[in-house]
Amino acid sequence: MREFYGVALDTPLMLGTAQYPSPAVLAESFQRSGASVATVSLRREQGAGQDFWQLIRDLGVHVLPNTAGCHTVKEAVTTAHMAREVFGTKWIKLEVIGEEDTLQPDVFGLVEAARVLAEDGFEVFPYTTEDLVVAGKLLDAGCEVLMPWGAPIGSGLGLNNLFGLRAMRAHFPDVPLVIDAGLGLPSQAAQAMELGYDAILLNTAVAKAGDPAMMAEGFARALEAGRLAFDAGPMEPRDMAAPSTPVIGKAFLE
Amino acid sequence: MSQTVTIVGAGVAGLCAARALAWRGAEVTVWDREPKPGPHHCSWWAGGMLAPGCEGESAEPEVALWGRDAAEWWTRAGAEVVRNGSLVVSLGRDRAELTRFAKRTEGHEAVDAETIAGLEPDLVGRVSRGLFFRDEAHLTPRDALRVLRARMAGEGVRFCTGDVDPEALPGVVVDARGFAARDVLEGLRGVKGEMLVLRCPEVTLRRPVRLLHPRIPLYVVPRGDGVFMLGATQIEAVGDRITARSMMELLSAAYALNPAFGEAEVLEIGVDSRPAFADNLPRVERDGDVIRANGLFRHGFLLGPWLGERVADMVMEGRDARCA
Repeated sequence: MREFYGVALDTPLMLGTAQYPSPAVLAESFQRSGASVATVSLRREQGAGQDFWQLIRDLGVHVLPNTAGCHTVKEAVTTAHMAREVFGTKWIKLEVIGEEDTLQPDVFGLVEAARVLAEDGFEVFPYTTEDLVVAGKLLDAGCEVLMPWGAPIGSGLGLNNLFGLRAMRAHFPDVPLVIDAGLGLPSQAAQAMELGYDAILLNTAVAKAGDPAMMAEGFARALEAGRLAFDAGPMEPRDMAAPSTPVIGKAFLE
Repeated sequence: MSQTVTIVGAGVAGLCAARALAWRGAEVTVWDREPKPGPHHCSWWAGGMLAPGCEGESAEPEVALWGRDAAEWWTRAGAEVVRNGSLVVSLGRDRAELTRFAKRTEGHEAVDAETIAGLEPDLVGRVSRGLFFRDEAHLTPRDALRVLRARMAGEGVRFCTGDVDPEALPGVVVDARGFAARDVLEGLRGVKGEMLVLRCPEVTLRRPVRLLHPRIPLYVVPRGDGVFMLGATQIEAVGDRITARSMMELLSAAYALNPAFGEAEVLEIGVDSRPAFADNLPRVERDGDVIRANGLFRHGFLLGPWLGERVADMVMEGRDARCA
């Protein structure tokens, strides 16, 4: 299993902490899914949110603060510094939003912010698109993990560009890759693992489910199934039927 | 001899407890830092929606159950309760939000453009689909608090002004201080809410309207005379200032609902920290000689009556809240 900046995760599930009905449901979702990373937004809940920070720390998992809601390099860098102070971690999920409607990343700002932060000792998890050129530049900038989107944040559309995501896996065989955003169903998470991805990051699909904790567990099980499938070596699809029992010698062929 | 009780805190929690106790014949004294209801109470900034159905979208099932009789309770307490239901709508491409809301809640009927036009003519052309919660109601929190207090004063409930420590008082004491009680209530946190009061005589609404949006949900509660309350953000933090972003989002959502809101006067900006426990449900607990009634979260007027009655159960009958 690939490590994230030297950290081996117990499970490939990174779970967001926004939009849950209550902190109690949030904690139960982490318990039932065994998620190993909690992402938390500092931008929206800045100020004296000490009680909430403590709640996140009490989950007992790795904390990955994010720069959600930042639109410029400067905002993202400032938020990352604040996150390092609040949570005492070098990890930062870097989001630089470029477009309000789709919330897709501004990849130019992203690469620049990643360089600034990596030089400053941060361990950057960049939220990016599946563009290979951008991915290469993020690695050059000092990132050791890549987090391509499955689909726009909160859309629940799943893996929108299978070709692109497969190409990304093939191009960067040694880089830990995380599908971040756009997943709505456990089957989509399983598919990400079947492609050889190392983890998934999601929030809305769990937080906005009728029973968030049950949905979180559903995702955890799908991730396990997908990983087993990838490790087991899937069969190659083919156009023709391939009978698993001999046909020659049967009494009746019709 | 009748039971004497001292209540500390005259926000919605304290006043509801006082009301329930006085109804059952207790001799009640209520202390507060301020001489009358005001902006220091977070119930001053409440929306006043008595909407157990709608709240089921994100709250635990207890909220709908415990809030079921709130409208009747408030009417009995003398508040002017408007029983026009509530309307939940979404704009154009956010229809998935409406479907989701419908799945998570009960007590609604789907309404089309024509029905919406009949219910709220000022939404014509803006929204074409919605959910109508016919049985829901709303009230004006500040009026309700004033009436509750005035009626009880007339019945002999004593109101005293001063900063008192519930622990230092003799006899049966109810600590209903809200967020101020966080020093003695483990796990009580503040959830920041931001809201605006607008005057917009061009717009008339007869009932609370909730506009669903994946990122910026909004509710508008009519206060009469062209005054509306817009709310409310729900942020896991404590603070007393609104952010520019929240204000822009609230106003832009209202503008989307009816562009006439663009011409509204901003009368007030409200920010408070609503006291909440981890499950966002209120609690009535005995702690030595003190009964702690707290954690109403965003449901002050919906669950205040339940909280008050449970306090009365505990004081008058020694019954535990959860068994009630």
